[in-house]
Amino acid sequence: MKHVRAFLLSALDAATSGGRLYHVWMGCLSAVMVFGGYAYFIQLRDGLQVTGMTDHVSWGLYISNFTFLVGMAAAAVMLVLPAYVLHDVDFSKAVLIGEGLAVAALTMCLGFVVVDLGSPMRSWHLTPGIGFLNFPRSLLAWDVLVLNGYLALNLGIPLYILFTHYMGRKPNPRRYVPFVYLSVFWAVSIHMVTAFLLAGLPARPFWNSSLLGPRFLASAFAAGPCFIILMLIVVRSKTPYHVEDAAISKLAMIATVAAQVNLVMIGSEIFKEFYFPTHHSLSAQYLFFGLHGHDALVGWIRISIGLNILATGVLMIHPLRKDTRWLTAACLVMFVAIWMDKGMGLVIPGFVPSPLGEIVEYRPTWVEFAVTAGIWAFGLFVFTVLVRVALPIELGESRSPYLERRPGADRSTAAIGV
Amino acid sequence: MSSDASGPSEGTKRELTFEDVLRWQAMSRIVERSMVDQGVEDVTRCPLGDAVVPPDPPRGPGEPDVVPAEGPGSQLLAKPMGRRHALSTLFGTLLAGTQAAAACTDVVPADGTRRERLLLEFQEVLKGNFRVMSDDEKRETIQRLERLSELSRGVHVDLSGEDAQQGVLFGYAFNVSKCKGYRECVAGCVRENNQDRASGIQYIRIFEMEGGEVDFEEATAEFQHEVPREDHFYLGTQCFQCANPPCVDVCPVAATWQEPDGIVVIDYDWCIGCRYCIAACPYWARRFNWAEPAVPDDDVNPNQHYLGNRLRRKGCVEKCTFCIQRTRKGRMPACAEACPTGARIFGNLLDPDSEIRWVLENKSVFRLKEDLGTEPRFWYFMD
Repeated sequence: MKHVRAFLLSALDAATSGGRLYHVWMGCLSAVMVFGGYAYFIQLRDGLQVTGMTDHVSWGLYISNFTFLVGMAAAAVMLVLPAYVLHDVDFSKAVLIGEGLAVAALTMCLGFVVVDLGSPMRSWHLTPGIGFLNFPRSLLAWDVLVLNGYLALNLGIPLYILFTHYMGRKPNPRRYVPFVYLSVFWAVSIHMVTAFLLAGLPARPFWNSSLLGPRFLASAFAAGPCFIILMLIVVRSKTPYHVEDAAISKLAMIATVAAQVNLVMIGSEIFKEFYFPTHHSLSAQYLFFGLHGHDALVGWIRISIGLNILATGVLMIHPLRKDTRWLTAACLVMFVAIWMDKGMGLVIPGFVPSPLGEIVEYRPTWVEFAVTAGIWAFGLFVFTVLVRVALPIELGESRSPYLERRPGADRSTAAIGV
Repeated sequence: MSSDASGPSEGTKRELTFEDVLRWQAMSRIVERSMVDQGVEDVTRCPLGDAVVPPDPPRGPGEPDVVPAEGPGSQLLAKPMGRRHALSTLFGTLLAGTQAAAACTDVVPADGTRRERLLLEFQEVLKGNFRVMSDDEKRETIQRLERLSELSRGVHVDLSGEDAQQGVLFGYAFNVSKCKGYRECVAGCVRENNQDRASGIQYIRIFEMEGGEVDFEEATAEFQHEVPREDHFYLGTQCFQCANPPCVDVCPVAATWQEPDGIVVIDYDWCIGCRYCIAACPYWARRFNWAEPAVPDDDVNPNQHYLGNRLRRKGCVEKCTFCIQRTRKGRMPACAEACPTGARIFGNLLDPDSEIRWVLENKSVFRLKEDLGTEPRFWYFMD
């Protein structure tokens, strides 16, 4: 028990101490979170009328971010799979970053679902036992289960590994590898379930496509590794934690292949919608070309596709991909492009035109932007803290002070100063 | 019981005087006495949970399902207690305790109305899904809601929880040749169903279509000119109470379901407002309360059903219920009654002599989006 206490204390210590830049960064995130909290308070008080959503476009920026972030969470599997299952040594150090990303993305997902609810106080109705979870009929019930399960897995596995390292032991594979296998399947399932949530609606032909699930996976496995590459580059330059070049270049390869597959699928969808347009293609027409003079998303999706092609092109050229500066730029562009495509570019056109052919456009309000920024800041905050706690343990700097003194444990007790 | 109406905090601000305290004391005694008169146990003597639940208000003779409440003590002991119920009882006990304390010290104004309202609202928050409530629980929540309506807005409502009748399955037919686009049905629906006047929620949409095609893309429901317009026809939509409703399956908390008489209903208080059902409906029949709905007290239709036109709150979904509060009592829906042209035919599909059956057997009918397999119980036909 004393070890657990020491572990928590040193975690707290690691999370609250740092250089000037660290404190400025966390301070900025906190400020954005407070502002987002204020905006959410207004939304709670006045109802969802303060958002740009209407009966016609009944989901907006919140659910857009939700679908994108589920993909980010699922992308962690791209690191877990080779590191644990294939014993690829290049990945073993990157994997904690990946799992930290999954946890942060999942907290953001849950945050976006909650702020989208009209009656968040009644969300306890979802709890089996005291409430009623409509499982297995409702895909949203599936999503509640798989997201929380995935969160538990991604918290539990790294926690076990970090704690055993903290105790100066080697983690026992029998205890955690079964859960690793489970999390690999689970990662695919969270994204498929989220795709099915939309694809299962015959009322919305834009989503009602069997390609939606695979496209979700492809775009996630492009955007997710891109984000992890960016994080690894930051971690490598700001901390003594060493990540091999091979890990980054393999991740870049994964992102490249996934981005290519994603582009093929986008092309396939565009062909189907526009070779012989029917009434079911109206949403795609609205998205790419505008409908009856309504064209709010046309520029948005064209920029997204342009950036996507650009980033994929850069990643496909070997010398450019191996150059850190080009790689950083390409990853950033890819991340933004897929956020635009899979967020607003996917959710909003599903509602335009309405099932009865009426066109009402959607434009987020400042409240939605503020709440969204607040949740993103919260996610980055969580991610930073997790990385901050994990690194000293992985570097061997942080060890339980109650361990018997062994040669390897010497500097650890001095370093944390609990 | 408007004890707070003459409180000193109203209007101009001034110092508290000894007279104020005396007036409060007198007022609190009146309140207590009136509660006793109404059959409420004196809270100082019996500060237990259900004690503050008011007795049955007088009810119409047409509702025999409401049994007079037993004494609060026996109810408390005899009833098997769920977790939620235990919680609300506990809270009630605490609240009644504070009330008793307040009454004993006699310094704080005994604002019984506010406390009672708070308690009822708290019990309302903890209640379950109407679909799985026992008859007792249904009766209790209905009493609470009726009392709350009186306390919060001074409107006496007659709230029913009437079940579907045996051998009844409702269906609707819309005569496209008769509708002239007057939209009297829309106005009648809004009045009958206590829809939010501020945001202008409407269940019915009348589409003006050019002759020659049934194409919603080219039609408009927002026409603002004299009707009927030449070379145009009118086609109304609302919730079709599909036999295979996509909106019901998707609800993560089962707050919406189909009743035995075919009406798809929503438990407004169980709905968490995720709006998945709105995305799932192929006929755009569901509406969301984006703000606190506003219905002027004078305009409230007091004849209400728990699953129908009772007043909604912000953050829940609502829809047409074929006027469940009327049709389960054998009346016509408000839209059918309001229609000046006779374009709307409503009735029991299981009754071979009903007008709806005559239409289905003698007219060529069609439904919208048959390819989706939703099986609407709403047909269109022409003379």
